[in-house]
Amino acid sequence: MSSEVNHILEMKNITKVFPGVKANDNVNFSVEEGEIHALVGENGAGKTTLMKVLYGLYDQDNGEIFYNGEKVSLNGPQSAIDLGIGMVHQHFMLVDPLTVTENIVLGNEPRSGIILNEKKAKKKVKEISEKYGLYVDPEAEIRDISVGMQQRAEIIKTLYRGAELLIFDEPTAVLTPQEIDELFEIFKSLKKQGKTIVFITHKLQEVKEISDRITVLRNGKSIDTVKTENVTEEDVAELMVGRQVLLEVEKTEANPGEKIFEVNNLRVKDNRDIPAVRGVSLTVRKGEILGIAGIEGNGQTELVEALTGIRKIESGEMKVRDKNISELDVREIKRESVAHIPEDRQKRGLIMDFNLQENVVLGYHDLEPFSKNGIMQYNNISEYTQELIDKFDIRGGGMDAKAKNLSGGNQQKLIVAREFSQDPEFLIASQPTRGVDVGSIEFIHKQIIDRRDNGAGVLLLSADLSEVLSLSDRIAVIFEGEIVDVLKASETDERELGKLMTGSTVNAGGEDSGK
Amino acid sequence: MGNRWENIKSILINFGISLLSIVVALIFGIFFILLTEQSPVSAYQALYQGAFGSFSNILNTLWRSTPLILTGLAFALPFRAGLINIGAEGQLLMGGFAAGVAGYYFTSLPGFIHLPLAIFIGMLAGALWGGLPGMLKAKFGSNEVITTIMLNHIAIALTINYGINQLRTSTRMATPRIESSAALLRFKELPSHPFWGKLPFVELFAHPGIRLHMNFILAIITAIILWYILFKTTLGYELRAVGFNADGAEYGGIKPGKSMFVTMFIGGAVAGLAGAGEALGTHLSFMSGMDAGYGFTGIAVALIGQTHPIGVIFGGLLFGALNQGGLEMQFAGVPSEIVNIIQALVIFFVASLQILKMYLRKRKEKEGVE
Repeated sequence: MSSEVNHILEMKNITKVFPGVKANDNVNFSVEEGEIHALVGENGAGKTTLMKVLYGLYDQDNGEIFYNGEKVSLNGPQSAIDLGIGMVHQHFMLVDPLTVTENIVLGNEPRSGIILNEKKAKKKVKEISEKYGLYVDPEAEIRDISVGMQQRAEIIKTLYRGAELLIFDEPTAVLTPQEIDELFEIFKSLKKQGKTIVFITHKLQEVKEISDRITVLRNGKSIDTVKTENVTEEDVAELMVGRQVLLEVEKTEANPGEKIFEVNNLRVKDNRDIPAVRGVSLTVRKGEILGIAGIEGNGQTELVEALTGIRKIESGEMKVRDKNISELDVREIKRESVAHIPEDRQKRGLIMDFNLQENVVLGYHDLEPFSKNGIMQYNNISEYTQELIDKFDIRGGGMDAKAKNLSGGNQQKLIVAREFSQDPEFLIASQPTRGVDVGSIEFIHKQIIDRRDNGAGVLLLSADLSEVLSLSDRIAVIFEGEIVDVLKASETDERELGKLMTGSTVNAGGEDSGK
Repeated sequence: MGNRWENIKSILINFGISLLSIVVALIFGIFFILLTEQSPVSAYQALYQGAFGSFSNILNTLWRSTPLILTGLAFALPFRAGLINIGAEGQLLMGGFAAGVAGYYFTSLPGFIHLPLAIFIGMLAGALWGGLPGMLKAKFGSNEVITTIMLNHIAIALTINYGINQLRTSTRMATPRIESSAALLRFKELPSHPFWGKLPFVELFAHPGIRLHMNFILAIITAIILWYILFKTTLGYELRAVGFNADGAEYGGIKPGKSMFVTMFIGGAVAGLAGAGEALGTHLSFMSGMDAGYGFTGIAVALIGQTHPIGVIFGGLLFGALNQGGLEMQFAGVPSEIVNIIQALVIFFVASLQILKMYLRKRKEKEGVE
């Protein structure tokens, strides 16, 4: 290590043990003053634990922390804040009914007497906001502003408290492509003003785009710290997973066959009785993947619930092959050879307290050979489960383990195994790789392509644009419950989709169903 | 397989916790016994003697546990599907009343038809009384805790206040005595029975104090059937799925509403059997006060048994023993209120240690996640 650079932060040999897990195992992590440092690793690699140790939320069992060369001990967030460490959490720590200004000064208010000095507070917020190019509306209430602006309010809050080192926990997970660009501009401006940034992520593209150095964690150990300019995305992925990973989805040109699925002018209401899907028409052919791109909350959830029979439709028509399924219930639609990977695996996809055997037949549990004359055939089920565990490489305790004891990636593989093994002709995959590690993403993508190549039609919904782009053959963009355009995946990019997704397009064809 | 062992281990731990809580409750009970200036040692000796001291005492412990096992099951099964059935009391009353009426109303039926018919009518009445809140829950989302409590009140008014007053033929607050063709066989009658009387050692039962009757056997069979339904059948799979995660079950093509109705219907039938057994076996009529709070004690019985049908048998036996032994304690000079307090202490500690166990498990899971 060169002695020239000033290390604002050094964490040496940090070990943190939870019952049964070494979350951090002799981790070394050092950050140079004024750099943007990416901390990457798969889920469960120990990133969040390390940052919680740094922020004083956990006590390390072993190891030392140096801040500006001095050994420090942190007992609680306040001591981290006092040192100049600020954290922007993934789930914002903001109070909804309060204004931006009130949120920023909360806990450290400028006062006159016992009353909040509003003028002073606003002035302070404005100062910071202008200095770093963080545009916010100081008067607006948090619940009325966009996620991007909420995040900027969080950043101003940490700066207001005097942060020199800012930690961002998965800051891009909730943002649109345009908002991500803006965030990275903010990163650069913060860096220019001498601030230091650590950001946690598992999106390699972003790491490559914005960071100066990268530290990789795997299984609780610090694997390596590298200069970003010296590595490729593939190199980083390999460090994260411990083996070579295919980042690019390998797939051949689609070979669409006959129509397998069709919806016409579908209208669906959400839980509050407000129209969520407003006249959607779509067609999926055998052997193709139709992606649906859109910011979350634009009707995707309700659309999928309607297609799978969970939610009642208001009007419109849904057809599998040429059979009308509009009036069928969940079970009957499943029997039409429709499989479904739900967006929320813990709420919908699995019974977390059931073991793998019981989960692997959910939805097919009343069919032979799993059930005969109303009696569960657990011998057949356990044989079948073992087969799928081997085939889909589901790890974490075997078929008698409860689903809740599996990692996110293995839970998702369990669902994929269940849904794909019934040879569906039509597959609805909703956020199939959300919160799943890089290795499992690669595997699940490959399975989806395999299904397509075996002649199934696939409807793919994902908040991850690069996933939609790389997997889909055609892409329909949904905005406020309507399909605003359908494009060929090979002829579009994230910029164009991003614009369509926010409804800020001028050239909207507006028509459905790209032919 | 690791899992078998895990299962056995968790059963043993649960058993241990239940046992521990009983011991703790008895220790605290000492304090209350001392208040009455009795000797705790002789009081507890009486408790033990009363419950297990002789062959006929043991059988009477079984007798007292019979309705408790059944109401425990009536709570446990809906609980597995995510419902809280507070209505076992009302379902028991409806079942007991219907069976009691059927027991005297048909006068010329042979026993092999009359008894099963009366039991069936009792179970059906309980099932309807349980199925109604189940249906309301499924159709309109009505909170089953509230509807079952309300139905308890209606059942009391309907069967005791109105029913008995309309039907009684003497000053006794009861429906007319049932025909002997509808009576459940009592163990003390076994020696003189034309068929069972030929068994060896059957004269052991020839003791007028033995009150055990065949409903105990039916209760055990019911528990085994419910265990089989819950863990071996497709229906049970669906019920448990709904209980753990109704959204997940719905995604899997299971209709949560239907499952809720079915569990409440079956639960009501089981509580109805408890009432039928009391009417046809214990009192030979439907009698005011025969419910004796069994419906509510059944909740504690089910919780002690971890809402596992086989566990519920043991929960029922425990409370049966406390009831039977408590009687002897009263004879030894401990007021019945103190006996009630000791029973309440057992429930209290069993429930709170369960919560302790849940808390420990939650914490372990939480720490494992990060």
